Amino acid sequence: MTRGLAGAALAVALAAGVGWAAPAPAATQPAPAATKVDEQTVRDVATQLRCVVCQTVSVADSPSETANQMRAIIRERLAAGDSPAQVLAYFVERYGDWILLSPPKSGFTLLVWVVPFVGLGIGLVLVAITVRRWSRAPQAAGPSQLDPAVRERIRREMSETDR
Amino acid sequence: MSASRLRWAIPAAVIPVLVLLAYGFKTDPREVPSPLLGRPAAAFSLTTFAGTPLSLEGLRGKVVMLNFWASWCIPACYEEAPALERTWQAYKDKGVTVVGVNIQDKEAAAREFLSRFEHSFPNAPDPRGRVAVDYGVYGVPETFFIDSRGRVRFKHVGALTDNIARRHLDALLKEPS
Repeated sequence: MTRGLAGAALAVALAAGVGWAAPAPAATQPAPAATKVDEQTVRDVATQLRCVVCQTVSVADSPSETANQMRAIIRERLAAGDSPAQVLAYFVERYGDWILLSPPKSGFTLLVWVVPFVGLGIGLVLVAITVRRWSRAPQAAGPSQLDPAVRERIRREMSETDR
Repeated sequence: MSASRLRWAIPAAVIPVLVLLAYGFKTDPREVPSPLLGRPAAAFSLTTFAGTPLSLEGLRGKVVMLNFWASWCIPACYEEAPALERTWQAYKDKGVTVVGVNIQDKEAAAREFLSRFEHSFPNAPDPRGRVAVDYGVYGVPETFFIDSRGRVRFKHVGALTDNIARRHLDALLKEPS
């Protein structure tokens, strides 16, 4: 069952990965050089990149000069006909995966995407096992283990207190 | 039964987390490995503060120590500045060029920095930040050591010392070009 859940978690992670990569095929079609660049596309790419001089802020959200220059580079490369995926690859080539705000869903950083789902799965299994044990145990073991002599004494003493 | 199971379940749950934390806390979040090591150094062509053209192409065959700096970078850039000039003086006749690239700076402040430390090696501003991005620079100072065949071989983050510069340059000069 754990394996099934882990598999499901992996499927979810993979589906998310596909969703993330989806814009690439549409954009790899050769765009005419020096096309007019959609500012929304620039922003989309910039939100996926880490501002290198800040902590945990994207290139889209940072007012720093470096982020400004990086946005200019994104705009320039898109205008030259690069797809958003190619622009991201350009930065990864120079800075490594570190530049991406979402860790890649492969290699060591795949753990970040999979472990929460696996943990959730293991947790659910443990809860299910525990609940089942709680609800089953008393019926199986309860009355028969009590010594008939003790039971008789309890009955007697309870009827005495009632009086 | 549940007690004996708990005996291994708790370490089984806690130990992987501790291992992951130990790994995470031992790494410096500011120390990022450069994917450029071993790869051909990105070409650049800039104009120095003195007005002369400066390109990596023009330095072919030499070992290049490429230093990114800014006048606002206190104290690291100020600490390493004398060592940069000393390294240049010691190695300029041995086939080494020291090159300074000034990034994210104001021209007047940068010029003041250069005259204060009497830097005599070529220094150029990178006004659009293109060279800095091509080298994956995320802070100042950072220094790249490029071998005579034009490949990035070492990267030093933070203030450079005479010893570090000497170690890398000697290693690169020993190689057959």
